[in-house]
Amino acid sequence: MKHLLSTADLSRSEAVTILDTAAQMAATQERAVKKLPTLRGRTVVNLFFEDSTRTRISFETAAKRLSADVINFSAKGSSVSKGESLKDTALTLKAMGADAVIIRHQASGAPHTLAHAGWLDAPVINAGDGTHQHPTQALLDAYTMRRHLKGEVRGAADSKGVIGRDLSGLSVVLVGDVLHSRVARANVALLHTLGAQVTLVAPPTLLPVGVDVWPCAVSYDLDAVLREHQPDALMMLRVQRERMSSAGGGFFPSPLEYSRLYGLDQRRLDMLPGHAIVMHPGPMNRGLEISAQAADSPRSVIVEQVANGVAVRMAVLYLLLAGTSGTEGA
Amino acid sequence: MTSYFIAGASPLGGEPMNIVLTDGLIAGIGDDLAVPGGAAVVDGAGLVALPGLVDLHTHLREPGREDAETVASGTRAAAAGGFTAVFAMANTSPVQDTAGVVEQVWRLGHQAGWADVFPIGAVSVGLGGEHLAELGAMADSAARVRVFSDDGKCVWDPVLMRRALEYVKAFDGVIAQHAQEPRLTDGAQMNEGVVSAEIGLAGWPAVAEEAIIARDVLLAQHVGSRLHVCHLSTAGSVDLVRWAKARGVEVTAEVTPHHLLLTDEYARGYDPVFKVNPPLRTAEDVEAVRAGLVDGTIDIVATDHAPHPREDKDCEWAAAAFGMTGLETALSVVQQTMVDTGRMSWADVARVMSAAPARIGRVSTGPRAQGRPLAAGEPANVTLVDPAARATVDPGRQQTASPNSPLRGLSLPGRVVATFLRGRPTVLDGRPRQADAQEVR
Ligand SMILES: [Zn+2]
Repeated sequence: MKHLLSTADLSRSEAVTILDTAAQMAATQERAVKKLPTLRGRTVVNLFFEDSTRTRISFETAAKRLSADVINFSAKGSSVSKGESLKDTALTLKAMGADAVIIRHQASGAPHTLAHAGWLDAPVINAGDGTHQHPTQALLDAYTMRRHLKGEVRGAADSKGVIGRDLSGLSVVLVGDVLHSRVARANVALLHTLGAQVTLVAPPTLLPVGVDVWPCAVSYDLDAVLREHQPDALMMLRVQRERMSSAGGGFFPSPLEYSRLYGLDQRRLDMLPGHAIVMHPGPMNRGLEISAQAADSPRSVIVEQVANGVAVRMAVLYLLLAGTSGTEGA
Repeated sequence: MTSYFIAGASPLGGEPMNIVLTDGLIAGIGDDLAVPGGAAVVDGAGLVALPGLVDLHTHLREPGREDAETVASGTRAAAAGGFTAVFAMANTSPVQDTAGVVEQVWRLGHQAGWADVFPIGAVSVGLGGEHLAELGAMADSAARVRVFSDDGKCVWDPVLMRRALEYVKAFDGVIAQHAQEPRLTDGAQMNEGVVSAEIGLAGWPAVAEEAIIARDVLLAQHVGSRLHVCHLSTAGSVDLVRWAKARGVEVTAEVTPHHLLLTDEYARGYDPVFKVNPPLRTAEDVEAVRAGLVDGTIDIVATDHAPHPREDKDCEWAAAAFGMTGLETALSVVQQTMVDTGRMSWADVARVMSAAPARIGRVSTGPRAQGRPLAAGEPANVTLVDPAARATVDPGRQQTASPNSPLRGLSLPGRVVATFLRGRPTVLDGRPRQADAQEVR
């Protein structure tokens, strides 16, 4: 694995290795001294063309806990129409001797282009590109599901007993704006690779044309899916409010109607099996796709997802960088 | 030198003949012709002779984007590809929407001397889609414009489209429509389907093309005018044009070489060299446009040659410009997809790449006619192609000023050995040959 661009590129064993490595990283984070010397002398660049404080801080924390030097390169404001800035930025990073580049970009495929255009030799980690992929988010989601659903007791957290295991046999339901969601695409590919059964639930307007060949089931009816599938994990996707006022009058008639048909409230929470967990990639629109009750319920692992994100990103950085030699010869 | 003796070439792939070109005309074609005194002999053994190719859809970029292409470099590329005439699209800067600008482009073409340049006039002022441009003035100008198009943009307003179709009847013009419903393609990046869903690029649905074609063929029928559909790209569009022709609508259609060859699968690597408008479609669409070209539903192949400087493609997909070059590879793509597959003859190639485009553009009569048969007394516009040759496409060695060929690195059959424009070689031994000033007529 030279880059991490898409979960679709990961084999089952590569994905399980990342999850296992993340578990080891998480164990080290329970110590008083959290910092590991693994990537000392290596330079990791956070290249963010799009605002995402949460993801940036998560990667930054992960890199620093591995003792890497972190450069935050915020290129926000460089508009898509000035596309050449990606190339110029890449050449700059190469000159600076970046050992890895973590990129968040509003254009689908920008990390792929950065990795393959010949501008840069360093490993590229996709931290979210347009409506394409967000592999570390899917990995942290899988990590969270495995911890809660594949240990000795379903629904109880277990990091050690799950080493080496995938997600086979689990039923996972993703609800919301699949059309615009890189989290959904990343999750469908990874969950399928790890053996889970995936069902997407959304209004037809928020599903892409072509979704029918994805390795998952698709439904427009959340209540029916909850009733019939009794999912082990329910992931609510963020719905951006601007989707209500775009071309053609929006993708759905009103927030109220969306909540009524696709939102997670107490009634739907009560339909879930006892061990099921509730997830959300954040940031949440409380009251739209998820009610406050659901977000704060004991089933919710949303806050834990954030913590697991650091461990997973440590694992990815470790696996991509520790085996290679640094430019400083560390 | 006023005479050329082409020895033993095969007109339209038939029996080898000698072809004599004298004073700009084909003096004779036959197997018993003698070499005229002073004639230069061109070895035609193994070569297919075609009438000079005519491209109804070329972007020469001048005036305005001389960093991408000039009339001179674009027509030199045309000659290298076997073309003796190109129709220059109107989306220049300034736009070709007045007699002055179309005459400027026409003059630049004349001065360069590589191929006849027929400027296309804009349908609307500034391609703005609001007011008719001065179609009559462009038709009456020295450029004698007969083809009008807002290409790059769709004439979306049905009333404007109706008026344009009606108005050009006065001078036997044609509206060449870039069929793209704008609201259905807001922000669109590639064909909407399985690939776009997976790689997360905004979709350009087939229906956005088909809805406009359906409307336009009905409008053309209603007002009794001529419609030409640019770069038709979907199976549904082929069906619509077939239906319209069966009803007697005066509609013609073109397909590009890239839509005959490439599919949206090429977008998977996010290489913007495959970003084009209309987008590359599915394998089913490719088969449908090939079948449509064979059965005559699609009248012509036109390149939509769209040069862009390196920086416009050296970036992430969404930021890249739409378009690909095509003049120098069009004939090879047609040979590979249609001739070598046994679906078309070289005579068919001459029809779809020379005679029919010249007729649609109304340049097939008069002393400077294009798209004429290979026959004694006709203008000596002749292209010699070696169908047995194979070469790997290398944009760095092409004549166009821009590197954005999607076929880069691909091995293709066929090589243009010579191109004669009214008896004068613009390409000889496979190399462009600059005209002397006095040679340009
Ligand atoms: Zn066009």
